[in-house]
Amino acid sequence: MDNYIKDRKVDSDEWMPFTGLEDGDSLPTGDIYVPLEEWLNARETLLTRNGRLGVALRNTDDPEIIKDDLERLDLVVLEFPKMADGRAFTQARLLRERYGYKGEIRATGDVLYDQLFYMQRCGVNGFELRDDQNASHSLKAFDEMTVTYQPASDEELPLWRRPK
Amino acid sequence: MYKYSEQDHQLLLERVSQFRGQVDRRLKGELSEEEFKHQRLRNGLYLQLHAYMLRVAIPYGLLSSEQMRTLAHIARKYDKGYGHFSTRQNIQYNWPKLEDVPDILDDLAKVEMHAIQTSGNCIRNTTSDPLAGVARDEIEDPRPYCELIRQWSTFHPEFNFLPRKFKIAVSGATHDRAAVAVHDIGLRLVKSETSEETGFEVYVGGGLGRTPMLGKIIRKYLPKQDMLTYLEAILRVYNMLGRRDNIYKARIKILVHETGEERFRELVETEWEKIKAGGLFLRDEDFNWVKGFFNDPVYESLPDSDADFENLMLSNAEFARWVDKNIELHKQSGYRIVYLSLKTAHQPPGDVTADQMDAIADLADKYSLGHIRTTHRQNLVLSDVPLKDLPALWEELKALDLATPNYNHVTDIISCPGLDYCALATARSIPISQAITARFDDYDFINDLGDVSINISGCINACGHHHVANIGILGVNKKGTEVYQLTLGGSAREDAAIGKIIGPAFEADEIVDAVGKVLAVYLESREEPEETFLMTYRRLGQAPFKERLYG
Repeated sequence: MDNYIKDRKVDSDEWMPFTGLEDGDSLPTGDIYVPLEEWLNARETLLTRNGRLGVALRNTDDPEIIKDDLERLDLVVLEFPKMADGRAFTQARLLRERYGYKGEIRATGDVLYDQLFYMQRCGVNGFELRDDQNASHSLKAFDEMTVTYQPASDEELPLWRRPK
Repeated sequence: MYKYSEQDHQLLLERVSQFRGQVDRRLKGELSEEEFKHQRLRNGLYLQLHAYMLRVAIPYGLLSSEQMRTLAHIARKYDKGYGHFSTRQNIQYNWPKLEDVPDILDDLAKVEMHAIQTSGNCIRNTTSDPLAGVARDEIEDPRPYCELIRQWSTFHPEFNFLPRKFKIAVSGATHDRAAVAVHDIGLRLVKSETSEETGFEVYVGGGLGRTPMLGKIIRKYLPKQDMLTYLEAILRVYNMLGRRDNIYKARIKILVHETGEERFRELVETEWEKIKAGGLFLRDEDFNWVKGFFNDPVYESLPDSDADFENLMLSNAEFARWVDKNIELHKQSGYRIVYLSLKTAHQPPGDVTADQMDAIADLADKYSLGHIRTTHRQNLVLSDVPLKDLPALWEELKALDLATPNYNHVTDIISCPGLDYCALATARSIPISQAITARFDDYDFINDLGDVSINISGCINACGHHHVANIGILGVNKKGTEVYQLTLGGSAREDAAIGKIIGPAFEADEIVDAVGKVLAVYLESREEPEETFLMTYRRLGQAPFKERLYG
């Protein structure tokens, strides 16, 4: 079983990371995601495939780079290289709220129980949990807190402006 | 005072239960110490030299008598009978047991208190003017804005794993009693030049620590409706671009410095343009709702003079001294603001015993409409005391050792806990502050010196704010010996300045003498008694002080 949660359910991961594209003939089948550089260099070639396509951003990338591509992408992979590095929270919100991305936003890296709530609020809906985490046990992390004060990807208005 | 809604209560209960789970997972070994660290820090729990330290938030320094009694109860039940008020208007307990902390949080939640985001790399408790709402020089009450910031920043999902800690202060008066220039963001309420509206002067990138810097004004006037969208824009730029490669270069001050003020402003304004019309835009009804919690209490209409008070002023020099030093005028005629000095020769600066806390709560009920404030100089304030009650209040404060007449004077020392408690400290600071207090504890001398500040930090992280004291002392460890560097000329007020190191450090047994020499140079050199230490220093520069210390 994959240690993977999608839309608050333990799920199996259909996606394969792919890198090292040489020519159109070597394209793999199935659902793949590629590093941003590869996407920028070989966008047209990659789009000739039938399978679904995703892009992995580094957490220093500005998501604006792919804003015009988002309709063609079914997955954007974000990285949390360590728990304390929260840059991808901003990337996720921008993708959802500013660029209107509807596909999967996936958290990878140090994806741990205690961050799932915050990630979800920022628009992350795919969670590739770190190996030592227990996916089914982690589901309850989404509901540990039910009160939220500020707008984010899940709420357009702050608490004080929502209907009582 | 802000009153919790059902949802606010719900949030605290959920948070306590979540933290209980985290402690449980830690105790069972399911959570590593490193990962637990991130969680406990976000709940104010540090691992110190001897034990855990729990920092409890006092939002913008406002306490009710009921809350103070709970703080006393916690000191008694879970600690060693005292607490320490910090420079960020919070209270710290130095001896709680890890397994007790969830119960402490339960007790706090009952009185609408918590330890949320009192440490960790997130937005910390917002601080403000301890005289908010009662000061005569107030442009507008900052507390409603602080409360909006509190709600916006609490468990902000995007900004809970920032490059480094993030502190916001708000001042609403002409005089800055919130030290806005030394915060990551400082907001100063100002009147618009073109209308009756109020807005904010926005400072970004102030801070002390290893690289002390004053905040830069990145916006001269921000309409108040835009306060939260603008904060969100600043935080977003910081979260994406702030350095994460070096903990000592991770504060926003370094980002502002390295990016350049102009470019940083552009980045913020560009981001802000995109979100300024969003859900965080503040409408009139939002202000009306939050301001409703901070309406003036029902003041009696009292004369601004009282025969018994005036008689005692004439007949009792001790009372007159206390009034002269620790009382401030109130915006309401017939009322006064009273500073409770936590700076005596008998307790470390900022420390209060559980019995004192209970007594202060009783005094607040009896004399001050149940209101207590904490100050960034580690004192307490009773904000609403009728003038006619001052004699009785003074007698009671004296009995509690809380009536030392020294507010904003030489023995009103800010000190971090230092090597006596802190795992980061390199030198002791409490014994130095006590030695200075013992040496200069003479009213006539204190009075003659007038307005002067001494701050002491026990390490380069500068929790004692030594850089912004008129006389700052920094304890460092040099080849196994604790030595103390002297910094002169700092200020945390509206004329904020970072002090300069005067010369080589002094040994522990020399530092009090050195301070004495600095004070002597001032007394000999001032042109008139009204010229404060800082004015004299600014007029003369370092030279005469250097000469006396090292010549």
